[in-house]
Amino acid sequence: MHKESDIRLPLILGDKSYKDITDDVIRPIEANPPKTWYLLLMISVVIALWGIGCIVYLLGTGVGVWGLNKTVGWAWDITNFVWWVGIGHAGTLISAVLLLFRQKWRFAINRAAEAMTIFAVMMAGLFPLIHMGRLWLGYWVFPLPNQFGSLWVNFNSPLLWDVFAISTYFSVSLVFWYIGLIPDFATIRDRVTKPIFKKVYRVLSFGWTGDAKAWNRFEQVSLVLAGLATPLVFSVHSIVSFDFATSVIPGWHTTIFPPYFVSGAVFSGFAMVQTLMLILRKAYKLEAYLHVKHIEYMNIVIIVTGSIVGVAYITELFVSWYSGVEYESYAFLNRATGPYWWSYWAMMTCNVISPQLFWFKKLRTSLMFSFFMSIIINIGMWFERFVIIVTSLHRDYVPSSWTYFHPTWVDIGVYMGTLGIFFVLYLLFSRYFPVLPIAELKTILKSSGKNYKEDYGKGKGYWDKHSAH
Amino acid sequence: MADKVIFAMYDDDDKLMDGAKHLVANKVKVSDVYSPMPLHGIDSIIGVEPTRLAITAFMYGLTGTMLAIIGIRYMMIIDWPMNIGGKPNFSLKENMLSFVPIFFEFTVLCAAHGMAITYLIRNKTLPGMPPRNPDPRTTDDKFVMEIKTSENAHVSEKDLSKLIKDTGFIEIEEKSIL
Repeated sequence: MHKESDIRLPLILGDKSYKDITDDVIRPIEANPPKTWYLLLMISVVIALWGIGCIVYLLGTGVGVWGLNKTVGWAWDITNFVWWVGIGHAGTLISAVLLLFRQKWRFAINRAAEAMTIFAVMMAGLFPLIHMGRLWLGYWVFPLPNQFGSLWVNFNSPLLWDVFAISTYFSVSLVFWYIGLIPDFATIRDRVTKPIFKKVYRVLSFGWTGDAKAWNRFEQVSLVLAGLATPLVFSVHSIVSFDFATSVIPGWHTTIFPPYFVSGAVFSGFAMVQTLMLILRKAYKLEAYLHVKHIEYMNIVIIVTGSIVGVAYITELFVSWYSGVEYESYAFLNRATGPYWWSYWAMMTCNVISPQLFWFKKLRTSLMFSFFMSIIINIGMWFERFVIIVTSLHRDYVPSSWTYFHPTWVDIGVYMGTLGIFFVLYLLFSRYFPVLPIAELKTILKSSGKNYKEDYGKGKGYWDKHSAH
Repeated sequence: MADKVIFAMYDDDDKLMDGAKHLVANKVKVSDVYSPMPLHGIDSIIGVEPTRLAITAFMYGLTGTMLAIIGIRYMMIIDWPMNIGGKPNFSLKENMLSFVPIFFEFTVLCAAHGMAITYLIRNKTLPGMPPRNPDPRTTDDKFVMEIKTSENAHVSEKDLSKLIKDTGFIEIEEKSIL
């Protein structure tokens, strides 16, 4: 057990013991869900069913029911894909990168953020699948021997890199999440009394025992998985950006895309974590574990990544002019002043100007303001993808084919539907899974708990009487 | 004398750690410790060997890289070279750069899943496996030390119970192994 510096603020407030941590996290699982939970679940299920209906209609009729036309061949489908993948970046960043940096505050958010990641990547994966048009041939993206020769997939193509990147990212994140969940499921298994719960958690906990060797392996596996997942976080969104950057469309063909997409992804991911965690802490009474300091740390990440995104936007503008290529210059001039000016300026306001408000300590420690800002950033980041995709396409090299993209009700329905499915999964997660990592929180209680930190140096504190091992 | 297993329970991790140090200093072998969270430093006290899982991850990763190189070389160079704008399609070396992303992803895929599966098997944690912790409270807030008399034949029974008593446990349980 390490003694933490005295000037660091405690991460766990209140007078908590190991038992309290178990109780606080498991209480909502044992209790009957409140009415609001059922209400929210019902709303989400209705939206999800509507979305599934739209997808079925789309698959039955064809991609023509989307608002795409000859000039704008990619619009909301790929916008939503990139938006969801971006959101899916925060979870693994929090659990992997912050683990490598030994940031203890990650324990307040990592479990819920990883769940968000997994559900968001599922939603993202849906879009390339449905926009193939023939969902049942989705397995063609894998290099399987076939009766055409064999005709293999093209390993030179960024779209195939994407298949490998997203499926690796999804499955590794899932494994990482589940390995962390096993000891916590064991805690629930040994505690719940309902026979059905007992049985289910017994299966879910895989017979976890918690002996010294198991914990020794657990820590090693977490560390190595974090080491493997960290380059994965950066590679996945770089590869998503290659879908655009390796093409020859002005506005897409830029070398700045990989870092710009990665920081944008972290930016939007943290905004979504903020949105979800601010509700979760209130609903599940987790204020002692996730308090203003944690929110402030997340807002600092948002300022840093938001500023990188802002610099990238401005660099792009400058380079488009400096390049001296008319097509390139026009693509960016058209973004800012063309028919889609409103989406460009919505993006600029939401993503570049508004996060800068977090430089004020009063604002970045305000929960209401953080929640409001997280919604603004989510909207802004959706617009970013929309701007990149649609404004680069809608005016191509031949002015006679210039068009304007109008989404149809199917475009909107599919997008809303993925939000519905996401929230159904998230609500189920928050009800039946431990939303905080119980075992890992216990490891920081003595070093970062308020009751263990206070009164140090006056002879009465815990660390006055105990030495570090 | 039948061999016995002694489970001493503590309500604090520091008490268990100090207790384990005390026992080990008096040449008592502590076979295992059950705790609700990882106890940093217990491994060196009770003599748990460092795990070799990281080495297996490296080997799985290396296997993944090799498989990816061999597979892509077979598919893209030997079996069906694709003509994409007349770019060289007859040598792995000249196409290497655009294959790197998948080499990398496949390496990570194999390393992560290979290690995770090995971890689950080595820990005997698989779906449907029975839990083997001596007391359900060890996943909540209690810490249990396991001492086997068969491993401590060199210490007399009286000395052993006195040494364990000194550690300040809150509960003790003895089980005979038949």
